[in-house]
Amino acid sequence: MPTYMLIMRATEAALAASKEQDFEAIINAMGAYNESMMEAGVMVGGDGLSDPSEGFVVDFSTPDKVVTDGPYGEVHELFNGFWLISVADRDEAIEWARRCPMGPGTKLEVRRVTDESDFADFADNEFIQKEAGWREELERTHEG
Amino acid sequence: MADGPAPVPVGDDIARRLGAVWRIEGARVIATLTALTRDVALAEDLAHDACAEALRSWPRDGVPANPGAWLTAVAKRRAIDAWRRQDALAERYARIGSTLRESGDDELEPIGDSVLRLLFIACHPVLSTPAQCALALTLVGGLSTEQVARLFLVPVTTMQQRIVRAKRALSAAAVPFEAPDPHEWHDRVSGVLRVVYLIFTEGYAPASGATPVHRELADEALRLGRRLVAMLPREPEAHGLLSLMLLQSSRFSARVASDGSPVLLADQDRARWDRQAILRGRAALRRVDALGKGRGPYAVQAAIAEQHAIAPSVDATDWERIVLLYEVLGRLAPSPIVDLNRAVALSMAEGPAEALDLVDRLTDEGALAHSPLLPSVRGELLARLGRPDEARAEFARAIPLVGNAAQRTVLDGKLRALDPRHPEG
Repeated sequence: MPTYMLIMRATEAALAASKEQDFEAIINAMGAYNESMMEAGVMVGGDGLSDPSEGFVVDFSTPDKVVTDGPYGEVHELFNGFWLISVADRDEAIEWARRCPMGPGTKLEVRRVTDESDFADFADNEFIQKEAGWREELERTHEG
Repeated sequence: MADGPAPVPVGDDIARRLGAVWRIEGARVIATLTALTRDVALAEDLAHDACAEALRSWPRDGVPANPGAWLTAVAKRRAIDAWRRQDALAERYARIGSTLRESGDDELEPIGDSVLRLLFIACHPVLSTPAQCALALTLVGGLSTEQVARLFLVPVTTMQQRIVRAKRALSAAAVPFEAPDPHEWHDRVSGVLRVVYLIFTEGYAPASGATPVHRELADEALRLGRRLVAMLPREPEAHGLLSLMLLQSSRFSARVASDGSPVLLADQDRARWDRQAILRGRAALRRVDALGKGRGPYAVQAAIAEQHAIAPSVDATDWERIVLLYEVLGRLAPSPIVDLNRAVALSMAEGPAEALDLVDRLTDEGALAHSPLLPSVRGELLARLGRPDEARAEFARAIPLVGNAAQRTVLDGKLRALDPRHPEG
């Protein structure tokens, strides 16, 4: 079954407006959505991101790579959370995405997560092969 | 705007949307209707009528905001119409009438409990194992009869008959929709777990057919397994089963060579194992332990699979630990298959001679008489002990007992490799 990433995107205006709303109501709506995905057995992961003002941006357009504090002047949409779901097909991914309790000014971008079949032509590549080892390394680190 | 072409809407094909809605909410719709009608076959018929109605009205009126609740409401209305025509069952009618609203979020039963009760019906002991698997996938997995038939490699008509007969058996036995009594609970949960694992193994190592794996079927089992964990968070074996399935599924890509033939554990390219699945499988095993109720047979099997998953190679595998885990498993769930697996592990930990003693004991007991497993393991051990003639006889005995063509090819290869006329033999 393919895995899809549902990427939450909001405009700065929508994000500001959401701060006016009852935060507990938002938590409850998102909680119910998450619960429905858990109970359907499709949820495989996800996280929210903290306020963009805590973040920063590295701009690669000049050689000295300018670092600026968020929120970001040029960017119109802010990426502020994601889910990973394992579903039968693209149609089901669309249906789950439609159910997300988000309001005007927000969007959900949905992308299929690549798996090794996407890199089949590069199976012999040194780094593709190393990646498996890295994932194992990460796993051990997390085991603590 | 100068940002590029205007976005083109997708996902508006009604039949496909309905299919996706059904996949997500079908179980809950049927569960709600079963709670009402106390008849799972009738509930499913009503739900299908509602789907047919959706195909007619959604293109005209648009897809409702809560499609699952819409389907349930339409099905309820159909049920009432039918009862009205029968001019009977006034009490039942009154009960449903009082719960009927035009449309709304409260049309559906709370998801967890009602779907779990539906799963208990699908896996009810009055049904045959193939029927249990089929019902679990159609009633709870949201698959169509055609999809299930394709996954089990049987003709659609066969699957239809299997499902019809199963529903008749449920009606005849008057199987209740209630959750099992406390004294039955353990056995019924075990029954559900068993069905989910059977679906998985039929995908992981098909007993028949031409391909060595059937990934889609195993994926459906994984999805059911995740549902089970959500519905039974305090059942260690639900987590244990999910862990086992995840750890085994991590080897999917590595189990099939580019020409479609199966690759044995020893020969698998471990770089191709799915690390994400291993990570999640190990996390599920930790949740078993966190519950503090001990490990059941699925969790112990998961612990064995974990040992393989974390080993960098066959030689660097902790075979002693695997032998111990099989001993534990043999005490929890005694079976000749477990003993045979312990023999294989023993052959790696101590050597083929010790393992052969154990296999011979099994042979003397007449265990696994019609399975290819015993002669193929025995053949393997004899080959390692430098007794090729006896090994060949064992492989020759195993081959006709194998139903899966791909697995047969592997044994053929071993037989040929032992042939004295073979250049490497």
